Amino acid sequence: MEKTDYKNIHVFVEQRDGVIQSVALELLGKAHELSADLHEKVVAVLAGYQIKDQAQMLIEYGADEVICMDAPELKDYLTEQYTQAIYQVVMEFKPSIMLIGASTIGRDLAPRLACRLNTGLTADCTKLEITEDMQLASTRPAFGGNLMATILNTEHRPQMSTVRPGVMQKMVRDNSRKGEVIDFKPTFESDKFKVRLVKNVREDKGTVDITDAKILISGGRGVGCKAGFDKLQALADVLPGAEVSSSRAMVDAGVIDHSRQVGQTGKTVRPNLYLACGISGAIQHLAGMEESDLIIAINKDKFAPIFGVADLGIVCDLNKVVPLLTTRLAKEIEK
Amino acid sequence: MDFSLNKREELFLQMIRKFAAEEVQPLAAEVDDQERFPIETVEKMAKIGIMGIPIPVEYGGQGGTNQMYIMAVEELSKVCATTGVIVSAHTSLCMNPILEFGTEEQKQKYLPKLASGEWIGAFGLTEPNAGTDAAMQQTTAVLDGEEWVLNGSKIFITNAGYAHVYVIMAMTDKSLGTKGISAFIVEKGTPGFSIGKKEKKMGIRGSATCELIFENCRIPKANLLGELGKGFKIAMMTLDGGRIGIASQALGIAQGALDATVKYTKERKQFGKTLAQFQNTQFQMANLETKIQAARLLVRQAAWKKDMHLPYSVDAAMAKLYCAETAMETTTKCVQFHGGYGYTREYEVERMMRDAKITEIYEGTSEVQRMVIAGKLFK
Amino acid sequence: MNIIVTIKQVPNTNVIKINPVTGTLIRDGVPSILNPDDASALEMALQLKDKFGAHVTVITMGPPQADAICREAFAMGADRAILLSDRKFAGADTLATSYALSGAIKTLDYDLILAGRQAIDGDTAQTPVSLAQHLDLPQVTYATNLEYDGKKLCTVTKETEEGYQILEVETPCVLTVLSSAIKPRYMTVKGIMEAYDKEVEVWGADKLDVEVERLGLSGSPTRVKKSFTKPQKQPGEVFEVDAEEAVEIIVKKLKEKHII
Repeated sequence: MEKTDYKNIHVFVEQRDGVIQSVALELLGKAHELSADLHEKVVAVLAGYQIKDQAQMLIEYGADEVICMDAPELKDYLTEQYTQAIYQVVMEFKPSIMLIGASTIGRDLAPRLACRLNTGLTADCTKLEITEDMQLASTRPAFGGNLMATILNTEHRPQMSTVRPGVMQKMVRDNSRKGEVIDFKPTFESDKFKVRLVKNVREDKGTVDITDAKILISGGRGVGCKAGFDKLQALADVLPGAEVSSSRAMVDAGVIDHSRQVGQTGKTVRPNLYLACGISGAIQHLAGMEESDLIIAINKDKFAPIFGVADLGIVCDLNKVVPLLTTRLAKEIEK
Repeated sequence: MDFSLNKREELFLQMIRKFAAEEVQPLAAEVDDQERFPIETVEKMAKIGIMGIPIPVEYGGQGGTNQMYIMAVEELSKVCATTGVIVSAHTSLCMNPILEFGTEEQKQKYLPKLASGEWIGAFGLTEPNAGTDAAMQQTTAVLDGEEWVLNGSKIFITNAGYAHVYVIMAMTDKSLGTKGISAFIVEKGTPGFSIGKKEKKMGIRGSATCELIFENCRIPKANLLGELGKGFKIAMMTLDGGRIGIASQALGIAQGALDATVKYTKERKQFGKTLAQFQNTQFQMANLETKIQAARLLVRQAAWKKDMHLPYSVDAAMAKLYCAETAMETTTKCVQFHGGYGYTREYEVERMMRDAKITEIYEGTSEVQRMVIAGKLFK
Repeated sequence: MNIIVTIKQVPNTNVIKINPVTGTLIRDGVPSILNPDDASALEMALQLKDKFGAHVTVITMGPPQADAICREAFAMGADRAILLSDRKFAGADTLATSYALSGAIKTLDYDLILAGRQAIDGDTAQTPVSLAQHLDLPQVTYATNLEYDGKKLCTVTKETEEGYQILEVETPCVLTVLSSAIKPRYMTVKGIMEAYDKEVEVWGADKLDVEVERLGLSGSPTRVKKSFTKPQKQPGEVFEVDAEEAVEIIVKKLKEKHII
């Protein structure tokens, strides 16, 4: 393998039911930044069925080119189908970097692909940089967020990394951007398709994507129960763009759905306001929210570690503060 | 001399700690508050073998050691003394005498179901007029054909009502004094056997403590446990084993209170410092830690002697005496460290202090233990 | 039916603390545990054993101390344990680790391979997927439930962001299991008594069906350039106040930051 044969930053564009996922746009934004250092192009790799009309949007979000694979085999994500398709893209176009969102799909696909390509992969990165000698340096948390490690893949190509949704920032959409859309037809070895999708169920878990919320009212062990969460919901209801989220303890206790969990094993969020109610602030939780613009913590225990990252800390009973705050903010917003 | 745990014991400790933290601790306050026997915990313990630790595999037990059994009682009692005594009474006071003194038929009939936890066991010695002076038994057993007929009552019986198998002491020949006492196995549901009043207690409030009533209760002749007239000896030997269990329960309570207090004093601030930063706290807690470790060595030694089939009666008495008094002292001081909060039910040291008291009383009061120890000393 | 469960010994990251002065990890006194997702994968295997009489083999790669999790697996009900331990494995990243595991598994009979979704020390979720690729087996990740027909067909529930999927796959295959979905059983006392009477088979590189240069550091494309603890953020002001005052302080802050 000649490393110099490999050029350009490829971004896998994840879609579900034909809807481009936000993480793909975030990665395009990051790839656009990296491309300035590398002097290489940003290429969006779009796979799906009857999806081609979405290619232009990817250009407007930072792609210089789009490789579009439109095939019935790629309608729903399945490991082998997607691995075969993208493997062929890599062999044909030889990217130096391949970025994939660290979603359930990305984390299923990326290791399979990296192993088939016999290259390195760094999971769940929170920071990507180009070194002086033009390598991709991927930084990721380890040991439950206690340690950060910067990882290189100097000898193999492409350099692959997955990035958690919500970590990178999208570019502002630019309608004037132009780029080429390349149709690519992979050939499939269908005898290797061993997994059959029987059904795909969207549960109404009250599912909203908390990574999109501008304000998060987040509850922890101190909230206690479902009734406690109803108080948080009432507060979220008066604030436009606010959603309820939680720490792991409340998810494990079955009080709130996993889709609303913030932290190492949940989602990474960076809202304008993160109001932590009764959250002690285990390091695994902090890893998911400490990049928020403004953190306000309410906790009875003044030694709670959450106060270490909060911009404003209130030592008080949240059950008293939250309802009062709800009434007060309702008035403020009415004004 | 080797004081370290072996690999098996380490693995066992890992398991029992996890179980105690996940399954027992969350219920402890509720079980105390509602005076509720934690039957679901017994079922969970049964599933993983905690109800039959030192019973040989051929009798459906787990083939473990007494050392492991006392570690289990300690770890359970660290988070819930009620759960600790359920296991202790079941194991030491019911399965143990059947294992040691039972006929092969009795062992085959009772031990598999007890050791698997399908059945719970209990033990009846104490009567309204026969407490520390256990020789004053008034319950009688009279042989009538192929059956023994029991009459009388027992009080303060742990696991009563929930237990299926009761080892009961009764007078078979009053003229012989203690040599006229015999031991019997009575099953739940036997006509003439009923459960009386349930005690409302200061501590270990989830443990069922009731009166047993025998009114012309007829049991098969084959349910005599051990030889006729050997009941008092069986009871005393059974209590030697029971004392290791209660010593471990007391040890667990003490350790649990100390652990909670270490945590609390590291967080609680007064006069601008955490309580743990005050030398008074450090010194007092260092004393308690030392006593707890000394207590642990005593109880481990007694259990080791039992495992080695060496005489351990005095060792068990010393372990029980010292562990119980250490538990009472430790919990009292731990409540003090918690100040006003320690007097409220929001903090577990309050419960632990109430739970600790019984360990100085049951299965031989501290005074009885001193009698046993002095008996050897002035022999 | 033969089931292989891949397991890993990990430091309990929940109790790792940072030395506030040096900013380094304090690893002393941090207990090593069986990785939680792996324990759930083992539980899934043991449930199949209960139902279909499967033979369950656990396999791990690690230092000799990883013997402890093999004993734990025995005490939970595993039938056989293999510990891959050799200096040639040292420095392996997920690609080289999965390659070594595949080299061992190729020498065994199996119908199903179960793995934890990810290990709590690395959180990468890459090893089992790479293992499936090395063995050329189909995979289903993020499994929360498995219905097995007793012959070949696995019906797997997979957790997704929006809900779940039902997927069908025939054995042999690789499934990765979530700890939140299946609570692992406790070790039994009897299991513990017997755990040290059984043999943990320790295999070196020479026992495996592998090319030695693809093991350990030499077989690992990724390198850790540096590791560091995160710079501590300067905490803001903390007020110990009553609820009315708290509301005033919060509202003032929200106005100052133009949130309202």
